[in-house]
Amino acid sequence: MTPRQKRMVTVVAIVAGVGIATAFALKAFNQNLLYYYSPTQVHAGEAPDSRSIRVGGLVENGSLKRQPGSMEVTFVLTDYQQTVPVSYTGVLPDLFREGQGVIARGKMDGNRFVAEEVLAKHDENYMPPEVADSLKPHMDAANSAAGAPAAAATPAPGST
Amino acid sequence: MSWTWFHKLASPPHAYRILGTIAPWFGWASLALILLATWWGLVKAPADYQQGDGFRILYVHAPSAWMSMFTYVVMAVAAGVGLIWRIKLAHAAAAACAPIGASFTFLALATGSIWGKPMWGTWWVWDARLTSELLLLFLYLGYMALRASFDDPQRADRASAVLALVGVINVPIIHYSVEWWSTLHQPASVTKFDKPSIDLAMLIPLFIMIVGFQLYFGWAVSRRLRGEILRRERNANWLKEAA
Repeated sequence: MTPRQKRMVTVVAIVAGVGIATAFALKAFNQNLLYYYSPTQVHAGEAPDSRSIRVGGLVENGSLKRQPGSMEVTFVLTDYQQTVPVSYTGVLPDLFREGQGVIARGKMDGNRFVAEEVLAKHDENYMPPEVADSLKPHMDAANSAAGAPAAAATPAPGST
Repeated sequence: MSWTWFHKLASPPHAYRILGTIAPWFGWASLALILLATWWGLVKAPADYQQGDGFRILYVHAPSAWMSMFTYVVMAVAAGVGLIWRIKLAHAAAAACAPIGASFTFLALATGSIWGKPMWGTWWVWDARLTSELLLLFLYLGYMALRASFDDPQRADRASAVLALVGVINVPIIHYSVEWWSTLHQPASVTKFDKPSIDLAMLIPLFIMIVGFQLYFGWAVSRRLRGEILRRERNANWLKEAA
């Protein structure tokens, strides 16, 4: 091997070595990198109930209720398999609406999840309002069919 | 295999001349495209069905995020070439990339944060996408700091090249973070093997802006590399003859 080829092997070895090490490290810490739990995971007892956790899912259509005279809202988070009722007091982000993916941080209190913070998850779809309107009948049909539980992990209402 | 053409390209006087010729072309073309895309994205493109006009920050955020990763790959490849072929010009190119990449990364983080406050409801979360992009900023800054800590340019070149190569692992992690882990950041809209999830009327100005950013990178890196060559070759004969 010429010195140049040796250096070439060294460079490839550095990148491959660090790559493999990182892959193992990330695999080991995989659970900690999950930003939120799905309602199904919460029901399966995978989420710790002693400390604050995040639950992500879609806001079930027709479940959003505002308490008159206060900032308190209640809604139901769903991944089309399980649901978690949530109550929250505070300002909701712009993108919060029924059918939207949201992430709530808080604690389980009995069967109810009491959120301290609610973040709206944006999906990857960008379109003008006219296009959204023309897609709406299809989207509603797809949502009510509820036969697409694959949407659980990444709530994307328009990804039909 | 003969590498003479490669070494000729890597000769500082040759490169200095070529860079001086192409830099203005990159500069004017990028200015024209960025202005066109700004008008198209801010005025002509329709508002988003959910975000209204707020989505338009995408036209700065997405190209800078893309360029932050692109620049790092260019920097790492240049550093690798410099290590393997012992080409000083390649090390100089890697050094020229770092501040540009750091600026793109900062721009991507800042615009994302400004968008995130009203849309998500928070400036910042420690999810996998945001954290790995922040790590990219620290890699750039670390690379620059490491270079600055050596007096001997050759040692600076070699040490920083290893750091650049080690850090390149972060680039695929940034890109795939939104698929591998559940993140607050949404999955890719454009860079995927599927139809883009973004309406064509919004996508066209985005593409123009990305090409404009690429050309800007070409301009900036040409200028910076010329400066880097001047600094390294300040005692060389060809410069004295030219001056």
